[in-house]
Amino acid sequence: MPFIPHTEKDTREMLQTIGVNSIDDLFDEIPTELKIDQLEHVPGALSEMEVSRFMKQRAKIDGSPMCFIGAGAYEHHIPTAVWDIATRGEFYSAYTPYQAEASQGTLQVIYEYQTMITQLTGLDISNASLYDGASALAEASLMAVRINRHVKSGRVLLAPGVNPIYEQVASAIAGAQGLTFERLPTDITTGNVDFDLLPKDSDPVAVVLQQPSYIGTLDDVNRLTDWAHANGALMISVVNPISLALLKAPGHWGSEGADVAIGEGQPLGIPMSSGGPYFGFMTCKKKYARQMPGRIVGRTTDLDGNLGYALTLQAREQHIRRSKATSNICTNQGLMVTAATIYMSLLGYEGLVNVAKTCHHNTALLADGLSAIDGVERLFEGPFFHEVALKLDRPISSLLEILANRNILAGLDITSFVGSDALLICATETKTQEDIEVFITAFSEAMASVNTNSA
Amino acid sequence: MNSHVKSELIFDKSRNGRRAFAQAPNAVKASKIPSKLMRNDKPRLPEVSEPQTVRHFTRLSQLNFSIDTQFYPLGSCTMKHNPRACNALALLPEFAGRHPLGPISHGQGFMSCMFELQEMLKDVTGMKGVSLTPMAGAQGELAGVAMIKAYHEARGDHERTEIICPDAAHGTNPATAMMCGCQVVEVPTGPEGDIDFDALKLAVGPKTAGIMLTNPSTLGVFERRIKDVADLIHGAGGLLYYDGANLNAILGKVRPGDMDFDVIHMNLHKTFSTPHGGGGPGSGAVGVNDRLLPFMPIPIVGSKQVEGKTLYDWLSEDDLPQSIGRLSGFMGNAGVLLRAYVYMRMLGCDGMKRVSEFATLNANYLSSKLQEAGFELAFPARRASHEFIVTLKHEARSLNLTAMDFAKALLDKNYHAPTTYFPLLVPECLLIEPTETESKETLDNFVTAMIEIATAAKKGVEFKDAPYTMPVRRLDDVKAARQLDLAYQPE
Repeated sequence: MPFIPHTEKDTREMLQTIGVNSIDDLFDEIPTELKIDQLEHVPGALSEMEVSRFMKQRAKIDGSPMCFIGAGAYEHHIPTAVWDIATRGEFYSAYTPYQAEASQGTLQVIYEYQTMITQLTGLDISNASLYDGASALAEASLMAVRINRHVKSGRVLLAPGVNPIYEQVASAIAGAQGLTFERLPTDITTGNVDFDLLPKDSDPVAVVLQQPSYIGTLDDVNRLTDWAHANGALMISVVNPISLALLKAPGHWGSEGADVAIGEGQPLGIPMSSGGPYFGFMTCKKKYARQMPGRIVGRTTDLDGNLGYALTLQAREQHIRRSKATSNICTNQGLMVTAATIYMSLLGYEGLVNVAKTCHHNTALLADGLSAIDGVERLFEGPFFHEVALKLDRPISSLLEILANRNILAGLDITSFVGSDALLICATETKTQEDIEVFITAFSEAMASVNTNSA
Repeated sequence: MNSHVKSELIFDKSRNGRRAFAQAPNAVKASKIPSKLMRNDKPRLPEVSEPQTVRHFTRLSQLNFSIDTQFYPLGSCTMKHNPRACNALALLPEFAGRHPLGPISHGQGFMSCMFELQEMLKDVTGMKGVSLTPMAGAQGELAGVAMIKAYHEARGDHERTEIICPDAAHGTNPATAMMCGCQVVEVPTGPEGDIDFDALKLAVGPKTAGIMLTNPSTLGVFERRIKDVADLIHGAGGLLYYDGANLNAILGKVRPGDMDFDVIHMNLHKTFSTPHGGGGPGSGAVGVNDRLLPFMPIPIVGSKQVEGKTLYDWLSEDDLPQSIGRLSGFMGNAGVLLRAYVYMRMLGCDGMKRVSEFATLNANYLSSKLQEAGFELAFPARRASHEFIVTLKHEARSLNLTAMDFAKALLDKNYHAPTTYFPLLVPECLLIEPTETESKETLDNFVTAMIEIATAAKKGVEFKDAPYTMPVRRLDDVKAARQLDLAYQPE
């Protein structure tokens, strides 16, 4: 019996203590007609040796292709110590730190995490994390409605570069409470906000800008932040934490700073792992602390006057407030935040700067090399961080398939998002100059083997 | 346990110019990003070496109680052993390194596991469809209530906006209903722990969208009239939502689908032993019956036969145009789902059944022993499910020994405390869930500890200041909330 310690003698004695004859007797309050004899679609048990061999075979099918896809999940070097420590049983198998005295490890890690993420985003307060970046946009939008109570429109305006999946998720989660998500006008040469066409009297509850954008561009964060505030809206920024080593922190956007910053925490030491578990981070100005969703850890003192850590501001949460809570959320991504805190400690600011600059440099090399190929050009003018959209004159799906057969994942097809054949590429610090050259050569050969769209 | 270890912050160890040099590339030339978009301040991240970092976080880990180090009978949380193989196999390099937007040609291994997980969960719950995408129990609840709403709206039944919840429900139930734009109608519990059926009859009406139930309930007893409840709700045009928090109690024995539930969320981090991780990641897969199939959240893994071989593919908007949509950036907590998959394969069909059998055996044994020792059970006439409630209302009155004091005293005896003060309707309660992975000796020793605390209290020992042996004493929660200190600022 896997993981069950009972001997036959134990079971016999326990049943005797309870005063029943069999384990089945313990289920005597359940109506008989509801009980089943046997599960039909669960196979028999595998030993650890058997399941290990089996899973390794499954993993081998997927292989380890060279990956140039970004679009919200990024391949970065993860120091071995990060997951060696995060998967120690004391972190891995602990629960939510409700018994603070017996959970000081987890609580202090979260306090240190909150400190680091407020530093990166340039804002005052962080929660203990949310599920992921996409759902964090839903929570930030709902938070904006609570803060901006006099605005009744429920209208959230999204810059053109906000990840379309984030919009779908925010709409699925927050739509039932009357929120609508609309796009601001696009300048088609830059892919960014067209400031000449910004709506008048739109009465938005919040404006959302993603920097760097989903399509890799960098927008005028100061100008849009000031416009949002001039129009009575809360400014929500969606940022990549690695990019914040170089790019202006949301707390310093415009003359007053963004009000809320959110984003996908995955780049900070979390494996790509088919999309999760990741964590969403959220920081805000101090005055909005009581409108934040999710767990928050605070530092306080104990009976002896010594410093200690505890969950705080719990009066916002579902287990106290029930139907009046700021959110139904009751989990943070504790283990992922533990990993991210260890990652940020090992890298430090200087290390993050070097990672960010190397990503930027590698992507520039790749974009230059690919743009030199006939039929390939950059889709947008202007600066980028570590992703670039390319315009191609060949059908993208054929190119991607040819390259995938050569074990290269060449990027993400964003044709449906931008409306013309376009590919989004990303090269992080994990790529060497040789990797990039191999990719450019392979891409060039693939281009040559596919007919142009007009042909 | 390293008691009274005063932990410095990682920032206290920081010195200008120090870092873990093996972990980042060397600097490269300046970027081409315009200076007005660049940051010109220096965020204060710690500047520490690799050995310092490893020691700091290893020592922090030692300040935690965990399943691997202590008995952790936290009711409603199913703190069972987390097998190491599940973690190691989910982190195989091909799985850990797989990009979520990678082509299906490089994902058939992962996707086959997800497809089979969907099939196994359908079987275990008795439902017709499963979506793995919700990232925690509360998100599974959100998906479930959103599907119930979508179902009514698709039928033009726009007035159904009330969700019925028992007063013993988890706080997430009413909070979820509110997030879905519904109103909450609360119904009381009867004296033996079942839902008050007469009150329920009065609560049901043309506005009823559905009911959210946990069965066995949060009171640790099976809802005996579940079939009558289902008939009543269905008869009124509403649907039944199953909160899967207590699925461990009936795994392989009874299925929510057979109890006529229309939708269910499972807490894979409870029943299927994926790590709690200090409070997440969770994983809240949802299962539905025929009625709700078109509304499931996407993506879902589908399979088809191509040239005699099985090909796994993503089902998305085009396949499920009535879907409630996407709830996560990609497909939920995929790595958690892999851990659950490995766990289920190791249990197998017979192992599933043994989970609920031995979880129930342990709970009933522990409750019998505690009752024998003089503790009062909240529902003494009832059979315990996989958990049960002790009420300390007499001890609180006569000995000034509250559930909180008892919980803290248990920490000093090296046991994690049971859940305290939940469900709210039982005074001074301890909700105790031993799980199937604890041995008889552990349970016996826990009973001894409980008796020792009660005996000491009777002799006049006070536990108001407990715990004494933890890294910190009782913390000032009021100060924490009033004088907010949520991030370190150097002096």
